[in-house]
Amino acid sequence: MSETLALTRIPLHEYAGLLGAGEIEELRALAKPLRGRSIQMINSTAVGGGVAEILMRLVPLAEELDLRIKWEVMSGGEDFFEVTKSFHNALHGAPYHATKKDFEIFLAYNERNRATLPLDAEFVVIHDPQPAALIDARKPGSNHWVWRCHIDLSHPHRGVWDFLETFVSRYDGAMFSSPEFSKQLPIPQYLFYPAIDPLSEKNCELEPEFIAQILARYQVDPRRPILTQISRFDRMKDPIGVIRAYRIVKRYFDCQLVLAGGSASDDPEGAIVLKEVLREANNDPDIRVIELPAWAPLEVNALQRASTIVIQKSLREGFGLTVSEALWKKKPVVASAVGGIPIQIIHKHTGMLAHSVEGTAYQIRFLLSHPEIAAKLGEHGHEHVKENFLITQKLKRYLTLFLILARGS
Amino acid sequence: MFGKGESFRMNTAETPFEFVTVSYLTRIGNQSAGTLAELLTGLENCSDASIFHHTYQTLGSHHFLTEGFSNDFAQWVLADTSRNDLAEQLAALDIRDYVSIAALRSDLCRVVGEFCSAFQTFARQTALERFYFCESVEVTAPLGRSARTLDEFRDGITYLSHASFYFHFISSRLRLQLQTNDFSHWLSDGLGLPTLADSVNHIDIYTNTLDSSRAKLVRLIDRERRKV
Repeated sequence: MSETLALTRIPLHEYAGLLGAGEIEELRALAKPLRGRSIQMINSTAVGGGVAEILMRLVPLAEELDLRIKWEVMSGGEDFFEVTKSFHNALHGAPYHATKKDFEIFLAYNERNRATLPLDAEFVVIHDPQPAALIDARKPGSNHWVWRCHIDLSHPHRGVWDFLETFVSRYDGAMFSSPEFSKQLPIPQYLFYPAIDPLSEKNCELEPEFIAQILARYQVDPRRPILTQISRFDRMKDPIGVIRAYRIVKRYFDCQLVLAGGSASDDPEGAIVLKEVLREANNDPDIRVIELPAWAPLEVNALQRASTIVIQKSLREGFGLTVSEALWKKKPVVASAVGGIPIQIIHKHTGMLAHSVEGTAYQIRFLLSHPEIAAKLGEHGHEHVKENFLITQKLKRYLTLFLILARGS
Repeated sequence: MFGKGESFRMNTAETPFEFVTVSYLTRIGNQSAGTLAELLTGLENCSDASIFHHTYQTLGSHHFLTEGFSNDFAQWVLADTSRNDLAEQLAALDIRDYVSIAALRSDLCRVVGEFCSAFQTFARQTALERFYFCESVEVTAPLGRSARTLDEFRDGITYLSHASFYFHFISSRLRLQLQTNDFSHWLSDGLGLPTLADSVNHIDIYTNTLDSSRAKLVRLIDRERRKV
């Protein structure tokens, strides 16, 4: 329940300095017809992961607007989360042999949660596949149910999606992070973006001394160009491709590469990828492979702010919020045109898109040669994030959705 | 109401200007295009809300891009098909010239259609990324703020959110079905200031951001106030 979840309370007025008082007044105007009306957000984890991170900031803001909002976390055993992790990977397109028992476990836990969760709010928002079958608790015509899908459904495992679709198609609407992820469904589908909080530790302004201290800690030279990719050690983030692009750039520019991501100690696959990365780096003194602690927002913030260019050379991507984080810090970004990245990077306006190692290297060289263009991309990128990918915009999107659902009824 | 050319600079308008804000949710459509020929088919068949989304609404949500960004169709043609010539023609379609979506759609189809007929090979070439047709679903909300005088109007303008400014200054052109905007319409009809209204209507929304448009509007109002 929301009372027991760790909520991060930052009053709305604190955002006015960054966004303007008019933007906050607008939120209040949109929320006015929804005052006192009940909302339930339901997901499967209270901590860790992007959804929980967004909800712990979004829920208090909605409460401040006098919405009766509650965040509930469904419960499940190890067997349930093993199945849903397999579902998650399969929906991302990984090979998977689904068994009858897997589906039974999924349904059993959803049924158990239907018995314990109230599910009686006027607007019920279900996040991701894990709680999707809670829709069975809905009484005909009683309240509004929407499904928010945070994952890339562009190439899902047929069997898992067909199973899930029987539930999703009974919602009043579904929200996806990119049009590419949407499906043929009998319900309205909306575009909903993840969001960053400009006042969080990961995105707030930092003192130059602190940034210098972080660079010194990781032995990065602040006087030479710094190319950075922040992401976990995962093949889908193509860290090897980043090193290859860096090597092409290095022929022309005396630059450094920082590859920083969460520790791979408790992730067997991550540990293998990390070894591959270190092998590819081949003790190059200008490549820094940094294993960050699991929660290191200030270090990430400092590394992004110190970067000359931020790279996100993913092969597959849900949304890639690290792109918005870098843009918010007015950094020029070179990124792959996959998943939600092209929504954030409007080619040649808010950053540069690339489709290969060579293309990535070319765009980096171009920006290193034209710092004035790089600076302009960073400025535009910052404005783009301000308009579209901040937590306040996400709140506005939810208010709009609830108003549209209420209008429909 | 005041007669044309009448000077009622600091007078009170009979009908106040009511400040409103707007919010859009993007609804994902069922159509997408992977070639210019498919873009043409999409343009012919998509909803009016989709044409609005990719032209009027995108101008508001990308207002900070003042160098070469005009609409989503032009941007896709440029970035994903590399047909700079067609992109340029699409970008040149100025929403201020239209008072209906039907007329804008007709010109979009004409420009893309002529290109596809002239360059049939290019029309069938696969783009780097697909274009997804989306729609804007609109919600409006009164801000509880109104103006009867030029001073009150100026105060209201300086306080508006981007969305609210966009609603009154850009999307209002379609609602009014006149080649003007809410601000100019009220300055002329409500306050009897047609010259000021005309100057405001000439602020270029393609080469200005919403912030710089607002700053120009405030400067024009201040110049008018100094005449009193």
